[in-house]
Amino acid sequence: MTQIEETNLLDAIGGVPLASTANVVEVTDLHKWFGRNEVLKGISMMVKQREVVVVCGPSGSGKTTFIRCVNHLEKIQQGRIVVNGHLIGYREENGKLVADKERNIARQRQEIGMVFQRFNLFPHKTALGNIIEAPIQVRGVPEDEAIEMGRKLLARVGLAHKEEDYPAQLSGGQQQRVAIARALAMRPAVMLFDEPTSALDPEMIGEVLEVMKELAREGMTMIVVSHEMGFAREVADRIVMMDEGLIIEEGTPEHFFTNPQQERTKSFLSKIL
Amino acid sequence: MTELQRTRPFRAPRPARAVGVLLLLGVVLAGCSGQKSSFHFEWDLFINSILQPDDQIKAGLVLTVVVSIAAQLIGVVLGIFAALGKMSKVRPIRWFANVYVWIFRGTPLIVQLVFFYYGLGVAKIYLWPDITIGPLTIEGAIQAGIFALGLNEGAYMAEIVRAGILAIDPGQMEAARALGMTPGKAMRRIVLPQAARVIIPPLGNEFNNMLKTTSLLFVLGVVELYNVFNIKQGQSFRPFELFLACAVWFLLLTTIWGFIQSWIERRLARGTPGAAAGGPGVRARMLSFRRPPIDASVVSGGR
Ligand SMILES: Nc1ncnc2c1ncn2[C@@H]1O[C@H](COP(=O)(O)OP(=O)(O)O)[C@@H](O)[C@H]1O
Ligand SMILES: [Mg+2]
Repeated sequence: MTQIEETNLLDAIGGVPLASTANVVEVTDLHKWFGRNEVLKGISMMVKQREVVVVCGPSGSGKTTFIRCVNHLEKIQQGRIVVNGHLIGYREENGKLVADKERNIARQRQEIGMVFQRFNLFPHKTALGNIIEAPIQVRGVPEDEAIEMGRKLLARVGLAHKEEDYPAQLSGGQQQRVAIARALAMRPAVMLFDEPTSALDPEMIGEVLEVMKELAREGMTMIVVSHEMGFAREVADRIVMMDEGLIIEEGTPEHFFTNPQQERTKSFLSKIL
Repeated sequence: MTELQRTRPFRAPRPARAVGVLLLLGVVLAGCSGQKSSFHFEWDLFINSILQPDDQIKAGLVLTVVVSIAAQLIGVVLGIFAALGKMSKVRPIRWFANVYVWIFRGTPLIVQLVFFYYGLGVAKIYLWPDITIGPLTIEGAIQAGIFALGLNEGAYMAEIVRAGILAIDPGQMEAARALGMTPGKAMRRIVLPQAARVIIPPLGNEFNNMLKTTSLLFVLGVVELYNVFNIKQGQSFRPFELFLACAVWFLLLTTIWGFIQSWIERRLARGTPGAAAGGPGVRARMLSFRRPPIDASVVSGGR
């Protein structure tokens, strides 16, 4: 399990970051309430190394909430989330789960890359500055090393010439590619994407999907919330359909596009395809 | 942007021109003064107090500026802590910050000043001894004045800093934390630097106020700019000329600060690609009654 492949995008960060467990993400019986509103009603999901899982489902079904729970941007009320062998957000004391310290949660998040729908680049930092901020400040990578890695990453996402640009000077597609590079710079064991192309003008969707496809091909473990079914068909190992806080169907793209079982899946697919 | 700015593009007046305007104002007032009574305006006294200030006036000027800067710095630091305290998840911290702001905004500054200096002194809680640093001796009254002004200012800065932090997209904090930053580091590295751009215009207005508010230190016997003239008029019985000169000095200080503030804001705007250029010009700032609104667009990244 330790061989490092010569890859294109990921060799900028020293190859595929290998996880320490076979299942990079293990979610069991996850329940999440907002007040009295139960938004996730028992979600379980295992994601193996190098697996790409695409999550789809109608608006409001809990996809964003689910993905935010995985790196503990949301507290959970029931269930367990284990990423790369670490229980996320909580620690076990005498068989009971207690909220973990911010410092530990922050450490756990270093292994989880997250790409947001609205990019959330830091507007006061350049493209390069955005990428090297966390490696330097969080991982303690020496500045010159971080800059070298940051430049490589920018080059691999096709933005070598933009390193001095501020986010406001970049197009949406360029910003999202910087955001992907920024997350990769932490060498995460898994990358989470929350509808990474849905805030983009149509002509920019392709350039972002290309980067994501490249990542998938190179063996990055990914959970992608997306309605881009072309992308799903091409790179997903598994498609998961969520509705009203539950996973109602999952399977290979093959299964999904030719032989969906659930009525709700069929009607959802007929709307977006 | 105000109407004033849009309709008449603003040529920055030189400070010299501003002095000219002020002197003219003096002439008009002086002209009015002698009409009905035997009062006559002592030109030399007025003009010399401005153009040839003696050592007392110079010392008062320096003291006013130094006290203002010191108190404002304390206010900014306290304001940041109080703002973070108000937004803390820990209830006692929130409570403490709220009580601090409540007390210092809810009581007169002059009461705070005399309480901290005379009150604490007489109660033997703190006697405000003079502090000597090298050749410099700082009187207890000045220390108490800076302390009280700073505490008071911190309560106002708390609201300004809080508004600045709240103007930043919560997605910034989330992105920083998703990258593994602790909440404290995310605040320091990501949120506060962006909030600073929102905070600086109202901070400049606070400092303009501070320059004038220091005159209240006369109640502690501090001989700052106002008190210098107050003492002079007590000796010479020429309040008209002397207080007019005193006003001119304060106006000069705040006007010069207005130029500095505009310069700072222009520079900040330049460092923010895509942001609307600059805040209100000096004339708009000095002549308008309202505070310029906090401009969140300076901060939010393009998307
Ligand atoms: N911060 C929040 N507070 C309260 N309710 C929320 C919050 N975030 C999401 N919800 C609710 O949770 C449900 C699922 O939302 P979300 O996870 O955003 O769905 P999706 O991403 O699938 O569109 C929705 O009903 C939404 O209104
Ligand atoms: Mg969503």
